[in-house]
Amino acid sequence: MTIIEFSLLIAGGSLAAGFLGALTGLGGGVVLVPLLTILLHVDIRYAIGASLVSVIATSSGAAAAYVKEGFSNIRIGMFLEIATTLGALAGATLATRISTSTISVVFGLVLIGSAVLSRKPHPKEQREAPPDGLATKLRLNGSFPDEGGMRQYNVQHVPAGWSLMFGAGVLSGLLGIGSGAMKVLAMDQAMKIPFKVSTTTSNFMIGVTAAASAGIYLSRGYIDPGLSMPVVLGVLAGSLLGTRVLVKAQAKWLRLVFSIVIVLLGIEMLYKGFSGRM
Amino acid sequence: MADTNKWTDTRMESFIGNLLRGGVLLSASIVLVGAAVYLARRGHLSAEYHTFHGEPADLRSVKGILHDAFALQGRGIIQLGLLLLIATPVARVAFSIFGFAVEKDRTYVVVTIIVLVVLLYSLIGYNSE
Repeated sequence: MTIIEFSLLIAGGSLAAGFLGALTGLGGGVVLVPLLTILLHVDIRYAIGASLVSVIATSSGAAAAYVKEGFSNIRIGMFLEIATTLGALAGATLATRISTSTISVVFGLVLIGSAVLSRKPHPKEQREAPPDGLATKLRLNGSFPDEGGMRQYNVQHVPAGWSLMFGAGVLSGLLGIGSGAMKVLAMDQAMKIPFKVSTTTSNFMIGVTAAASAGIYLSRGYIDPGLSMPVVLGVLAGSLLGTRVLVKAQAKWLRLVFSIVIVLLGIEMLYKGFSGRM
Repeated sequence: MADTNKWTDTRMESFIGNLLRGGVLLSASIVLVGAAVYLARRGHLSAEYHTFHGEPADLRSVKGILHDAFALQGRGIIQLGLLLLIATPVARVAFSIFGFAVEKDRTYVVVTIIVLVVLLYSLIGYNSE
């Protein structure tokens, strides 16, 4: 295959991944690495490097739109970014030390886990929780526009949320993904932050988290310009398109199909990892 | 008091949003220019990503990337765009320090400086050897 054909093929696949990722809210980065490694036989280290850069592009590109809505909380985001960036540093360092088969197995487990998480309905929000001492000290409590005016919320369980965020950072740095699902889990489930605030703040944090490991990937020679170029441009175009359509489309069945694809890719990554074909 | 804080928070967030969008647009444009040069010169060669060799030293460091980009090499220009993309969230964090300082929120000035130090360590301080 020539470089032109290869680039067009990857740009097309990345466009589809970015589009479906934005449309279903599952993120496109998570399917990029399996697509590149399983279908196009790209070495997983190059694939992770390219995916990581595309994650930064989509997070930063979407942030401007989210900011206007007034849902995201910059103090929660910044405070938790200490955890995610430290985790990302640890994850990226780990990635250079463990075998590609092990990375493949972890990737498979994370794919299956994130598909399962996305099927789980999020529990009814606990309203008017009492203010938590640490959260108040850190000024994490906030408000956001809801039906019938501004709604206040009090953040809970700060240490638990912080630890989960460190874990999300490790996975992001190790696998080159945004790990948005785990970030939302930490905020929405552990810290009892309203779902809308959690998802938009998580998107805001993804770019900073990925930037923390991208430096290491760059200096280790994992970021190839020829491969990253079609991936970044494709994912960016696809996700911008996806967020435009998002408002109109009821994407329930699409979410289900995409989750099934993610599980299948996860099984394939597990198989490749265990059989040592990665 | 709470109202003035909210107001500056909103202003800060909208500036950050535009900063991020501008950064992404600029870096995507540079990547596109690099892609045109790269594909025109090397598009007919065969693609090889099956085995990992790692990038050559000049595409791993800021100095080397700048050198290659100004020598108008396709891969160097693309890598410059990617580097700028990686720097965009870092710029966002750096600006937030200023924003929190204006609000006289000392705790968050410190929190944000910690995040910036971790980011800069990864980008500049981390030794690949």
